[in-house]
Amino acid sequence: MSEGNAAMITRDDVIDFIYAETRMLDEGRYTEWLDLWLPDAVYWMPLDYKQADPVNATSFLYEDNFMLRLRVERLNGERTFSQKPKSRCNHVIQRPFVDVFDPEAGKFQTVTNMHYVETRLDEQQLLALTVTHDLALVGGAFRIAGKKVELLNCDAAFGNIQLLP
Amino acid sequence: MNANDIRAMIQPAQVHRDVYISDAVYQLEMRHLFTNAWIFVGHDSQTPNKGDYITTQVGDQPVIMVRHTDGEVKVLYNRCPHKGTKIAIDRAGNTGKFFRCPYHAWSFKTDGCLLAIPLKKGYEGTGLSDSQNGKGMQAVGAVHNYRGFVFARLAEAGIGFDDFFGGSLSSIDNMVDRAPEGRVEISGPPLRYMHKCNWKMLVENQTDTCHPMVAHESSAGTAVKIYEQMGNPEPRPPAMQIIAPFMSPYEFFEDMGIRTWPNGHGHTGVNMSIHSNYDAIPGYFEAMVESYGAERAKAILDENRHNTVYFPNIMIKAPLTQLRNFIPLGADRTLVESYVYRLVGAPEQLTAMSAMYNRMINAPTSIVGHDDLEMYERAQEGLHAEGMQWVDIRRLHTGPEDFETEAVENGTTERQMRNQFHAWAKFMTMSMEDAAGVAAE
Repeated sequence: MSEGNAAMITRDDVIDFIYAETRMLDEGRYTEWLDLWLPDAVYWMPLDYKQADPVNATSFLYEDNFMLRLRVERLNGERTFSQKPKSRCNHVIQRPFVDVFDPEAGKFQTVTNMHYVETRLDEQQLLALTVTHDLALVGGAFRIAGKKVELLNCDAAFGNIQLLP
Repeated sequence: MNANDIRAMIQPAQVHRDVYISDAVYQLEMRHLFTNAWIFVGHDSQTPNKGDYITTQVGDQPVIMVRHTDGEVKVLYNRCPHKGTKIAIDRAGNTGKFFRCPYHAWSFKTDGCLLAIPLKKGYEGTGLSDSQNGKGMQAVGAVHNYRGFVFARLAEAGIGFDDFFGGSLSSIDNMVDRAPEGRVEISGPPLRYMHKCNWKMLVENQTDTCHPMVAHESSAGTAVKIYEQMGNPEPRPPAMQIIAPFMSPYEFFEDMGIRTWPNGHGHTGVNMSIHSNYDAIPGYFEAMVESYGAERAKAILDENRHNTVYFPNIMIKAPLTQLRNFIPLGADRTLVESYVYRLVGAPEQLTAMSAMYNRMINAPTSIVGHDDLEMYERAQEGLHAEGMQWVDIRRLHTGPEDFETEAVENGTTERQMRNQFHAWAKFMTMSMEDAAGVAAE
């Protein structure tokens, strides 16, 4: 991506960013991943199918910057018992739809279907996701302004989902 | 297994590990404990209109809770009297004036009474109308709606609702009184969290005040550390209000106090609790004063009980208008449903706070829940060790205890766990025969 030149940004740049972000999660590069986020951005995983209100009804996740940082630091803690041994994850992603592409305003939105696999010890689970990214262009680089991860089977009962789908 | 075998599993300060891992004990729990005791079904705001229903379980029994045409809430077994087909399968819906089985179109009023059978002449002279199946859908033994919370007793005869719960109803009262209009309503679907462990481990953990600072150090301790690195900014991040108090020292939990009531009920947070220090929500106290007057409003809000266990298998947090239902699916399998309620007449920020707590603590994605589940599942596996057969619950047990009277003790006692097991043996064996083949009283 061309530094600082909005006119040069292509849809492929937006799509590449989504792939790169997903790869960071799969490779556990969380510090790098946290740096992608704008300070007031929120990671939302709704509980209800087509849930509209993230605040007054329960969600799986509605994580501000503090909570995301806490989540990441905890994963590496000495006494994080549920991560001894650690979980691993893998995303298989479909090519993102770029639904909003506005380089002049620095605003982009993508919708990406993914299959998310998380494993630990003898357990492995598969989740089907629809992920909506809101991206902003800040100083020539994409930042995450919001991320919504919708589970296809959001109304099912789950055991632990420990990493970030 | 007879009544004597069951009683032998419970000693004053220890319980046999089979109460957690034996499939036979689980089956007996379903047929006796969960049949004799009053079990939570749902909240009546889940079925506000006539014909509204939810499907759920009482113990292992499939039931429908439905608003009947007379406005009362009924609890029926979810089984067609014909072939056994579940009448309703969706978790919530409206059935109109009657249920209709999708298999052969037998239909029933919303109190279960048989309404119609197609080609009914085929049953003339067969005796159907005199049989149990010919009456319609079976209702549970008894139903009681307490301030919106609906409980059922499967057994036709047994202990009355007020005798069973006694003084413990003061926690539900406090939760509902926190609404300026004196009622609560459900807010969204529950979190559904599957645990590969026995249901009693979850119930015991509700009054286990010696685990938060250990098991949850990785979440609560890290939150405190990050906050300090940030320079302790005000206002606090919401996570600091909710998660950080888990790191309170042992002395704090000792001072919280534990109260036990007869029949296995009890609560932590007699004097104060980890829920005492939340930021005030603008306009809430004023709304409470308007409804109750200043003195009564203050008394309601000064009561900050932590976890109230309603034996056998729910917990409520009155200050956060939450309820957790520990549904036993097997000796080693428990479904936890965590509900949030809205305080009618209060600012919406209170609901937001409850929803936040629910997702931060009770979700399958919760960094607090992860470590709890890890402990339960390790215990479920570890209890199979043959070398040691007993589970220890003797903290602050120094002599004989009387569970038939209310008591308040040091907040780190395991008395409430002992209280639960005392009630467990009582409700397990009251409908069993003892070794001599004599039915218990």
